[in-house]
Amino acid sequence: MSTDTSAVPFESVPGSQKPDAILVVDNVTRSFGGLTAVNVAHLEIPRHRITALIGPNGAGKTTLFNLLTGFDEPDTGEWKFNGLSLGGVAAHKVARRGMVRTFQLTKALSRMTIIDNMRLGARDQRGESVWRGIIRPIWASQEQDITQKAEDLLERFNLAHMRDELAGSLSGGQRKLLEMARALMVEPEMVMLDEPMAGVNPALKQSLLQHIKVLRDEGRTVLFVEHDMDMVREISDWIIVMAQGEVIAEGTFEDVGSNSKVVDAYLGSHHDVDLGDHT
Amino acid sequence: MNWGLILSNSVYTAISANAIAYMLVATGLNVHFGYTGLLNFGQAGFAAIGAYSLSIPISRFNWPWPCAVLLVIVSAVALALLLGFTTLRLRADYLAIVTIAVAEIIRLSLNSVRFTWLTGGNDGLQGFTSFMEKLNPFPQQGIWLWKQKIDGYRLWLLVSGWVLLMVVATLVYLLMRSPWGRVLRSIREDEDAARSLGKNVFAYKLQSLMIGGAIGAIGGVWLVLDKQSSQPGDFATTFTFFSYTIIILGGVARVKGPVIGTMIFLFVIQFVDISLQQATKTTPSDPTPLLPTWLIDQNNYAQLRFMVAGFALAALVVFRPQGIFGDKREQAFDVH
Ligand SMILES: Nc1ncnc2c1ncn2[C@@H]1O[C@H](COP(=O)(O)OP(=O)(O)OP(=O)(O)O)[C@@H](O)[C@H]1O
Ligand SMILES: [Mg+2]
Repeated sequence: MSTDTSAVPFESVPGSQKPDAILVVDNVTRSFGGLTAVNVAHLEIPRHRITALIGPNGAGKTTLFNLLTGFDEPDTGEWKFNGLSLGGVAAHKVARRGMVRTFQLTKALSRMTIIDNMRLGARDQRGESVWRGIIRPIWASQEQDITQKAEDLLERFNLAHMRDELAGSLSGGQRKLLEMARALMVEPEMVMLDEPMAGVNPALKQSLLQHIKVLRDEGRTVLFVEHDMDMVREISDWIIVMAQGEVIAEGTFEDVGSNSKVVDAYLGSHHDVDLGDHT
Repeated sequence: MNWGLILSNSVYTAISANAIAYMLVATGLNVHFGYTGLLNFGQAGFAAIGAYSLSIPISRFNWPWPCAVLLVIVSAVALALLLGFTTLRLRADYLAIVTIAVAEIIRLSLNSVRFTWLTGGNDGLQGFTSFMEKLNPFPQQGIWLWKQKIDGYRLWLLVSGWVLLMVVATLVYLLMRSPWGRVLRSIREDEDAARSLGKNVFAYKLQSLMIGGAIGAIGGVWLVLDKQSSQPGDFATTFTFFSYTIIILGGVARVKGPVIGTMIFLFVIQFVDISLQQATKTTPSDPTPLLPTWLIDQNNYAQLRFMVAGFALAALVVFRPQGIFGDKREQAFDVH
């Protein structure tokens, strides 16, 4: 499948319509005490694209990820993945439907080996039922396939040499890599990466960027949060900007970069420009 | 000092039917805590439920023993479901609080005068072991383990208990090396990570509670079969804490851990106990005990044995924090 990134035909306004959007969000709000962390009126994520979600610290990006993937419950709103509502769906079911996320604060399974971290991600494992688990022949061949797939992915993510080490021994950057590779074991239709590049060294970054592009070319949809603007520019087909819980801009890198609301949100000069409805 | 008797008695204590009960109860707890990371502080409750599910139907209602054994498993699973549905969706510490409370409620109810007609209250129940005595293939006079006599009934409990323990340990081993066990360990490490990969964390925790609880209940059965009496006092919270000590000694999340841990634990306690008993003993022919009476005498050595045993165990844990079979590498990443 080929995607022409130069001519993305969506309108550059917050909440713009996308033909065949994979994820559609409506009126999702979440507040912590008096603070409204997320307040998204309407948002569509285009299918088969790499979409970046950017915004200053505390903009509500991670909270939005948590809400969409069932790790947190919104106060209001609903959202649909592939046309099916995900409101109130448990996190593990969201993952099974094909929407898999990673965490900003990595969740490496410290006292398990890297390869076991990877194997865990595979879907529909026969040996994960208690009765069939006892009898090895039932799951041994599937386990072999899973291990092969896991090793291929580890190779891709430069972790093959760490295969049998405990995940707790990985560096911060390596944990990011492991978490992304592990998420791919689920074969997700949509991957949601929360700051995948944080702490990854520049040389590896380049190859990771290529991996993310490959994901798109394989027909997956990628939504990622990132503060590194070089990376955002390099691989994003579309960019969504959040500030203070709201989507304040959408567009290509150029559109967004020249948007005064975005500039203000980043520079924090709220006094001069009204960013939205809040006071 | 009769070292032959001290040693043979301590060794017997470490492998007896009573020890097997501890091994089973700790194996169940190892499934909960060691593999799944569930902070169950009420394992004694599972053991109590197991013990009384055997003794009440047989003593009070003359049930055939296979039905009572079935009830042991059914009630352990029921208790696991009760604890699971009330607490597993909450934060981890709630399970700890609720399990310790439920275990105490069970013990106090068994002790209560109100239920004496059923449970025998403080005196407990006896006379439920005749089925085991009938099944016993060994002659009544038993055998000698060096200087320690083992009667026929206890020998039968010891042999059948070890067979049972091996079956249970093998099942646990097979389960834990399977992808099912891998999911349990992932929940122990970080349940949100497991969720994000599509694992139904709640269902796995519930299964873990049921399996470990059933094993604990069988342990309770062995305890009362050995004592030939089931009494609420045997299922106090100390039983749970001893089980934690045992799995930490033997190595957490190791199938051999509870077995070796129990042996060390019971051996040390018993060894210290009877050594002190002998060292403070006076006889008409020999009125001066081995240890000076200003330091210790026959009336207070019993308190001291737990102190000495506690020191010995603490030293073991300090010098080998991962336990006997634990993995030193894993110890380094003990995140919780
Ligand atoms: N569990 C929580 N309890 C209270 N407040 C929270 C909680 N989670 C998030 N918040 C608040 O919600 C706001 C949005 O946080 P969020 O983590 O979504 O930001 P973010 O856009 O991901 O920021 P960053 O780029 O720094 O990761 C912040 O002000 C934060 O303090
Ligand atoms: Mg964040």
